[in-house]
This record gives sequence, structure tokens and C-alpha cells, in this order.
Amino acid sequence: MNYEAVIGLEVHVQLKTQSKMFTRVAAGYGHEPNTLTDPVVLALPGALPVMNKAALDAIIKAGLLLGCEIAPVCKWDRKNYFYPDSPKNYQISQYDQPICVGGVVEIELPGSARNIMGEHKKIPLTRIHLEEDVGKLNHGATDSLVDYNRAGTPLMEIVSDPAMHSAEEAYAYLSSIRATMIYGGISDCDMEKGQLRCDANISIRPVGATHLGTKVELKNLNSISFVRDGIEHEIKRQIAAVERGGTLVQETRDYDGQTGTSQSLRSKEMAHDYRYFPDPDLMPVKVDAEWKSRILAECPELPFEKQRRFIEQYQLPYSLTSVLVWDRTLADFFEEAVKLAGSSKAQAVGNWIVNDLLRELAAAHLTLATSRVRPAHIAALVKLVDAGTVLTNAAKEIFVEMAATGDQPEVIADRKGLKAAPTDTNELETWCRDSIAANAKAVAEFKTGKDSAINALKGPIMKAAKGKANPKLVDETLRRLLGSI
Amino acid sequence: MSSEPYFRSIVELAAALDAKQLSSVELTQAIIARTKAVEPRVHAFNSFDEADALAQAAASDARRAAGQACGALDGIPIGLKDVIAVSGQPLTASSKMLKDFVSPYDATVTTKLKKAGAVLWGRLNCDEFAMGSSTENSAFGPTGNPWDTSRVPGGSSGGSSAALAAGEAIATLGSDTGGSIRQPAALCGIVGLKPTYGLISRYGLIAYASSLDQIGPFARTVEDAAIMLGAIAGHDERDSTSFKIDIPDYRTELATNRGPWKLGIPKEYFAEGLDPEIAASVERTIAFYKSQGCEIREISLPHTQYCLDTYYVIATAEASSNLGRYDGIRYGHRTSGATDAVDIYAQSRAEGFGPEVKRRIILGTYVLSSGYYDAYYLRAQKVRTLIRQDFLDAFREVDALLTPTSPVPAFKIGEKADPLALYLCDIYTIGVNLAGLPAISVPCGFTKSGLPIGAQLIGQPWNESNLLAIAHSYERAHEWSSKFPSL
Repeated sequence: MNYEAVIGLEVHVQLKTQSKMFTRVAAGYGHEPNTLTDPVVLALPGALPVMNKAALDAIIKAGLLLGCEIAPVCKWDRKNYFYPDSPKNYQISQYDQPICVGGVVEIELPGSARNIMGEHKKIPLTRIHLEEDVGKLNHGATDSLVDYNRAGTPLMEIVSDPAMHSAEEAYAYLSSIRATMIYGGISDCDMEKGQLRCDANISIRPVGATHLGTKVELKNLNSISFVRDGIEHEIKRQIAAVERGGTLVQETRDYDGQTGTSQSLRSKEMAHDYRYFPDPDLMPVKVDAEWKSRILAECPELPFEKQRRFIEQYQLPYSLTSVLVWDRTLADFFEEAVKLAGSSKAQAVGNWIVNDLLRELAAAHLTLATSRVRPAHIAALVKLVDAGTVLTNAAKEIFVEMAATGDQPEVIADRKGLKAAPTDTNELETWCRDSIAANAKAVAEFKTGKDSAINALKGPIMKAAKGKANPKLVDETLRRLLGSI
Repeated sequence: MSSEPYFRSIVELAAALDAKQLSSVELTQAIIARTKAVEPRVHAFNSFDEADALAQAAASDARRAAGQACGALDGIPIGLKDVIAVSGQPLTASSKMLKDFVSPYDATVTTKLKKAGAVLWGRLNCDEFAMGSSTENSAFGPTGNPWDTSRVPGGSSGGSSAALAAGEAIATLGSDTGGSIRQPAALCGIVGLKPTYGLISRYGLIAYASSLDQIGPFARTVEDAAIMLGAIAGHDERDSTSFKIDIPDYRTELATNRGPWKLGIPKEYFAEGLDPEIAASVERTIAFYKSQGCEIREISLPHTQYCLDTYYVIATAEASSNLGRYDGIRYGHRTSGATDAVDIYAQSRAEGFGPEVKRRIILGTYVLSSGYYDAYYLRAQKVRTLIRQDFLDAFREVDALLTPTSPVPAFKIGEKADPLALYLCDIYTIGVNLAGLPAISVPCGFTKSGLPIGAQLIGQPWNESNLLAIAHSYERAHEWSSKFPSL
């Protein structure tokens, strides 16, 4: 029998706010343990939460970017459970009235080749709600230590419908969310820092069936590749279990990305009763149209929208756009350079950025922000090449120098003598005739069909031109003259 | 006026301090001496810090000498219920769970009293985590009623009422979740004010039931209560349930607002179970207002019979969650010998909490459980809305309601062993918390055996000014506040 997987993801995203969700103490990563705390974070007797409005702004932005409906009121509930990383032993969350409802995440599946666009799908969302993160337990041999620095960090939970059917889709979904959040300035989504975390609900059913099978919740998919590997592993595990004639139990399993295995954490019977109820310490907050439109004005164009626009507006090939649009600063850099170079030069600008700039930045361990090459440099270089002032090989050399020094390309071309010689076609034709006359053997070979023999004729011409002849023009001239022999 | 400084009012003492007839250090010394003399019988305090109080008093005297006194409370010793945080002082909630806990921060009311120059004096006993009506649930032993130390002072703020009645403080703060200020005020013969929910910041108040808790003052007189209220009221950005409203000068308004008022008498509050001596005292109080030209109208609060049930669902639900933080992990009592986290929780909480706290946590956990939430918690919230509407309907006709504060006078320590019998002590006070209203208990007489009786006035939301004025007009015409227990 053929099986189909049904996958829903719960993605937790830490919001990039100055302070924590319900108090003024700073949010951050990598500090001395228990230094980002105060009476509220530590749940000291008498401490009370007060909502961080910037976090609500951020989740509204996320909701608007993903096409969610924004609830008119932000309401808070308590989720009660005991665990040492939870200082109050309840988590302030949103239960029955999430701030964002519905919405979609657009994904792209891998194409048949790198330069071919893959299939696009829209994965529907159930909801997005806001809550607070918990602390971190560090287990030693005989004791466990708890660090509350992370506790109380604003955390957004994005819940998809059970609408994905492969690990590949889940991977694309998570990548798309990550790009969207980074684009919106909502989160840095650094998975190593726990800023983006993912749990998956996975079930299988015979292809064609419409019911949902027994679902297994897979936890700790803590890198983008673990998401793909873990889900693939779980689908195989479920199919194997069913094919052996076994039945699946509803349970929560822990995935270990290092070993590529999972083990049961708890069964359905052991599930918590969270005793949700509205948090009496927090008043509901009204989100009016004015608030929403203020946030809407801050919403950027999303990567897929940008990609479609780049293809249409600049006639860029898919392969270039698929590099340019996933990093918002890179896309902005590109557009700024295009504005200076002119729309018709967009592809050349794109090529320089994707092929040369990214290579030089990586080699020098720089980022766009610290790059010495600015959009104006790229535009100037493209113009020099276009005017024939600089030949392609020279331009490549100029680029490397530009990346190292930040000097303008024209300055470098002058300094290094890299400008092409003014094109005197009569002189070039003379050199070509001389070379043909002096290399009868190569000419004969060429005439008998050995095309590469033409290269032997070019050396003396370049030598005569002191290396500054336009190679394209040399080639054209030689072929014209050889054709008339 | 009493000749003893410790029995005088804030108003009297502020005048004496301003006139240099007395220093804050002298006053504080008198309070300390009085406290040491009567504490063996009253046990109103969980702890006190003489050196700290005297240092605050000396600072106040220095301010006054420099002409920089902050107002009526500057230099006045004020006691705080042991559920209100004072930085560097113990904060126990009268629980073994927090026996050794010292607060590293100030409650907002503490900060405000410090700014007003008050001398913060002692940590006052109460029912454990403010759960109870007699102060017998304290892990550190019961408090005696200064009028008869074999009897309870009421609760849960029994230490606050007893300390004030016994002359161990000039004013005190308590907290009121279902009557915990008004009932002990009535049983100890002093004034107790529960403000409108949201008027006083709860930041730094150990939470029992967040949607019902409100800090309020105990005072010898209504005017003193007005001074205390003015000092602690106002929006606090650390408490999102505190409201942004302008705070009037309550004391000044007392002098200008003379009525007459329309008073409602809720018939449901004079039913079965009311002590006849209390009923008679309250009837005389009604007659007084009538004689002053007030219109007296019988009204009905038809959902009164559901108040107690509604309260015990909502309060325990919130408490079960609020008390989750006392787990032995970060602070507070931790069991010895537990081997894993679940054991630490279970054993620390089993050892740290007393029986009434456990009873309420279990009840609250039950009513929030999956499958029971709708039948209990959600239903209770709907009834709560109806209860509030009863009051708001009444306030379309009248300015305030007049009722007994407690159905019974102070009872013997240990007399009410059945928790349900104790719960009934709050039947006249609980509706006010469910509706979020302000209410005040003022002394209105004594039983034949010499136990104080209190009358409760329930006011319109946010209109403490009117409520205080109505109470003040009665108090001015009576001598109750100048009677003191002989200890």
C-alpha cells in the first residue's frame, strides 16, 4: 500500500525586542546565567506582569505579513504546569483567542534543476499566538542548574494546518517562515540560539484517504536540517510499524538529530491538563484599525513577491533572483545599484553581486553591512564595462581590488593601467593580417575545421596591442578575414 | 483624645509633630514599648525591626527640623500586613513556605508610604496567604483580639486590625479579597476601607486571588483612612489592573461633602444568621442617617445567595495558579531529601502549606480542570457579572448601601473548626469584592459583653470620596472611635 504523510508544524519564534514580554528587564542571549532577571522574571512573591507593547507590534506585523486576520482584542491566558524552567509554574499565553487567525505561508519546492523554479504552494495557518519563553535547565551529574535569562522572552507560536505531506515541504515551510521573520525585522531566527524552534505533528494514511491517522508529536527539531531528517525518519518509522501489522499510538517523541533516532517522551494518557484560564493580572488590549494600519505601513515586500517583481521588472533569470531575494539587505543592495546603473543593466548588476561580491565577502569574512563595495561601485563598474572602457578580464581584476580597498573602479583602472586601448579598427585589422600571414600552419588547420586553431593567431595580436585589445573584436576580425581567404 | 500617643489618630499626631510637642522618635519608641508590652497577649506581629523603625523616625525628625516634612504621614508608625513587600524585610504570608524569605524589593504601596515619610513598622500576622477569616490559619500562631484576647481579631488581616486596636501602630495596611479588611476592622472596633478594585497598585502584594485582591487601610478614624488612601492610591505602570484616574484630595472632600444621601438597605443582608445585637446596632445606624435627613430605601440584590459559591470558585481557581510559584526551586521552603523535581514540588508544598491553603489549591485546581471549567469557573464568572449588575442597578437609586459588616462579633479562637462555618463570616463582604466596589467598615457599637460591632457602607465604583463622607458624618456624631481596649 502507498502511504501519504500528513504534517502540521508548530514553530516557535523568539521576538527581537529590547525587553522581555512582561517586564522591563532586557532580553538577550549569551549573558552570565540569571543576570537578565528581576522580581517578575523570577516570579518573586507579589510581582506582576505588564505587557510589552513592542512584542504585540511584532506579532501583529508577523500576522499581517502572513495574511492573518488580526483579532480585535489581545487576551491573555495562563497555562498551568509544573516544571523548574517555568518560574511561575504557569506560562502566560493565549488560549482560545489568539491574536492572529488564519493566514498562509507560501513555499517553494525544489525545482528540477538549480536554475529552474520549483512548484509553489500555500500552506494554510491555523493561528499565531504570543506567549513567554521559559528558562533553561543545565543538567549535571548529580544536580541540575536553572538559568532564567531566557525566561520571559517574547515567544510567538505559529501553528500550521495539517497541510504538508513531505519532509521537503516542511523544510520549505520553515525556510519561508524564517525568511519572512527576518525580512520583517521580527526575529533573527538563529536556530543555534533557540530563536526559531520547531515541533511537528505527523501522521500517515493510505493515499486517497481523507481521514487523519494517529498523530505523533515530534519535538526538538532544532535545526532546519533536523526538521527534514526528523520528519523523514518519523514517516518511515510509522509506515514500517503499520506494515509490520502494528498500530500507532498517539504520543510525543523526542528526536535526536545527532543519532537520527527518536524515542517516546509521553503517551496521550500522560498529557498535561493545563487548566487554562484568563490571566486576571493582565487586562485585554484592544487592537484598533489605526494600530493595524500603523504596523501595515512598516510591512516589507516578502521574498516571493520580490522575486516575481525582479523577474518581471528587471528580466532577471530565476537563478539570480533565487540568490538575491532571500536576504533583504542583499535585495535592497541590488536595487540601489540598479537604480544607479539603469534598469537595462540589471542583469549585469545581478551577476556582479551574486558571482563576485558574495565570493569576495565570504573570502574576507565580511557582510553586506561591512562591505567596502557599495552599490555605487557596482554601478560604476557596470558602466565602465558597458562603455568598453574596461574589458571583462580587467573588470574582474578591478573588482577584487575594489573589494580590498573600497576605491572607485575608475581610480583602480587608472592606477593599474587596466583601461582598454581606444579601438582603432584599422590598426587591429593590420595586426590580424600580419598574424594570418605569419602563421600559415594555424590558418590551414583552422580551414580544415579545427576551430581552436584560431587561438594561435590571437597571441601575436595581443602582443602587438600590449594586451589591451578587445578580445571579442579580435575574434570577430580574425574570423571575418579568415572567411575571405 | 487618648493621653497615650499610641492610641491617638494620625491627624492628632501630625499636629503634635508639627507643633514639636512630640518627635517621631519619641512616638516610635512609645509604639515599640507598647508593642513589647502587649505582644505576648495579642501576637499581632510576625516580626518587627526596632532599629530600622527608629532610623526611619530619626530621618523623619531630621526632615521636619529642616522644614521638609512630607505631610500628615511623615513620622507616623504604620504597620504592614505580612503579604506586602518591603525591601530588606521578611515577607512570609504567615506561611512556613516563606518563613525565611526576605523581599529584595518594595511593593508600590511601600514605596508610596516611604515617600510620604511614614515609619514602616513590623510585619503583621494574617491567615496564611490571606486565606481565612480569623487569622487562625497563620503558620506562626493565632492573633488575639485586643478586646478579648481569647477571641479572634477576624481575618485574614487580623494582625493589622489587632495591632491598630491594641495601640501597636497608628495605622496599618491590610488586603481584602473577600472581606479581609472590613471584617477584622469590625471585630476590632476600628475603621477598615476596601477601595475600588484598581485604585491601589497590587505590585508587591502577595497574590491570593488576583481579580479580587485589593490593598486598603485600617485607621482609627475615617479621616485617617482618607489620609492613608490618598497616600497609596493611583495608577501604577507595574500593575496593569490599576486604573488611570485622577486621585482627589479625599481628606479635603470630607469637609465639604455633607449630604444628605440616599442609602439603600439590601434586604438579603438582614436575613437568617445575623446576630441580633449586631442587627440592632445596624438598625440604630440606619435610624441615625434617617434623622440626618437621608432617604432610606430598602433595595434588593437578588443574586446575593450565590456570592459565597461564586467567590469560592473564582478565588480558589486563581489561588491554585498564583501559588504555583511556591515550589521550593528558587526560594522558600524546600524539602530535604527529595530526589527529583517532582518530589521537590510535592514534598516542599506538602510541608510548606497549611491545611486551608491546601484545601483551596485543591478546590481551585479541580474547578479549572479539563471538563469542569465550563461548569464551575466559566459559570462563576457569569454569575459574578450578575452580582455586579445587582449593585450597579441599586446605585441608580441610591448613593451607598448600608449593611452589617459581619454576621457575628469576634468568636473564640478554635470555636469555628468547620471551614464552612468560617466561610459564612464573609457573606456580607464577599459581594463587594466580586463587584469590585469600594466599601468601608465603621464601628457602630458594642455587644453587651463588650465586643465591637461594625457597619459596612458600600459605595459606587471610584467614588471613595462620597463613601468616606457618608461614613465620616456618622463617626463625627458618635464616640465609638475614642473607646480603647484595656489590655
